[in-house]
Amino acid sequence: MKLPAIVHKFSSPKNFYIMSGKMVPWFVWSFLLSLIFGLYYGFFVAPTDYQQGESYRIMFVHVPAAWMSMFIYMVMAVSGGVGLIWRIKTADLMASVSAPIGAAFTLLALITGSLWGKPMWGTYWVWDARLTSELILLFLYLGFIALQASIEDPRNAARAGAVLAIVGMVNIPIIHYSVEWWSTLHQGATVTKIDKPSIHIDMLIPLLVMAVSFKLYYAASVLMRARGEILRREQNSRWVKEVVENECK
Amino acid sequence: MSASEFFHMGGYAVFVWSSYGIALVLLGWTFISPIFTKKSIIKELKMKYRQQARQQDGQRQESTQ
Repeated sequence: MKLPAIVHKFSSPKNFYIMSGKMVPWFVWSFLLSLIFGLYYGFFVAPTDYQQGESYRIMFVHVPAAWMSMFIYMVMAVSGGVGLIWRIKTADLMASVSAPIGAAFTLLALITGSLWGKPMWGTYWVWDARLTSELILLFLYLGFIALQASIEDPRNAARAGAVLAIVGMVNIPIIHYSVEWWSTLHQGATVTKIDKPSIHIDMLIPLLVMAVSFKLYYAASVLMRARGEILRREQNSRWVKEVVENECK
Repeated sequence: MSASEFFHMGGYAVFVWSSYGIALVLLGWTFISPIFTKKSIIKELKMKYRQQARQQDGQRQESTQ
């Protein structure tokens, strides 16, 4: 299957650099606004939980971080796949620069989870299906980063990374359904449950706002990362020379 | 709700605030580090281009002599 020429034109590194430069400030500001709103709502409007007290406020970081850990992995695998099939350089680039951000969110989900688990479950860690599969996700991210760092040629690095990311996709549904497939300490889904909403609306709102905020954060930070990396990868092209020379200091 | 009550977090202060603190550190670092990386890449490339220009000048002079 061939992609229309316009896709290649718009995904060219130069175009990507120009467009992303315009987009970054919008993402940064909307991220900050939604973060302030989400934190305010999460701390001052959302009521105290009748069972967990105030400790559940960790969930406003933990749940969106865990969602992001899976979301970014999927972005990484899909853009890696696109780069593999259609040889779009910017797709390869997006896969590589997504990995550290995804790893950060995965680590954050694991740490906040265990900080909540200590007072609520009485332990920082248990080897149950949800926690273990999330830990494997962290190793997949780290493996991806290490693999790409160990291969000199950028094309081969992108290819190897994409294959690893795609194979590792198998872990994503395992994480998601782990709470249904195995008996686990981790609670099931509350937000995506269809039959009845089992979360108070004033707890749901900050949770969703924080999830949106984290998405905006990812958009801003992945583009910032990509803009630096693209200059390195395209350093022999004329437009990069112009960009570098126009950069004062 | 008083400020001390707020920071007390119903007795879960350690867990709640360390969660948010770690979030700040991790996401803050992930956000700020590419700014430094980009700056150092630009600096590196500037030097490289200058060196290339110098080499080309040198070659040109040699060929005219």
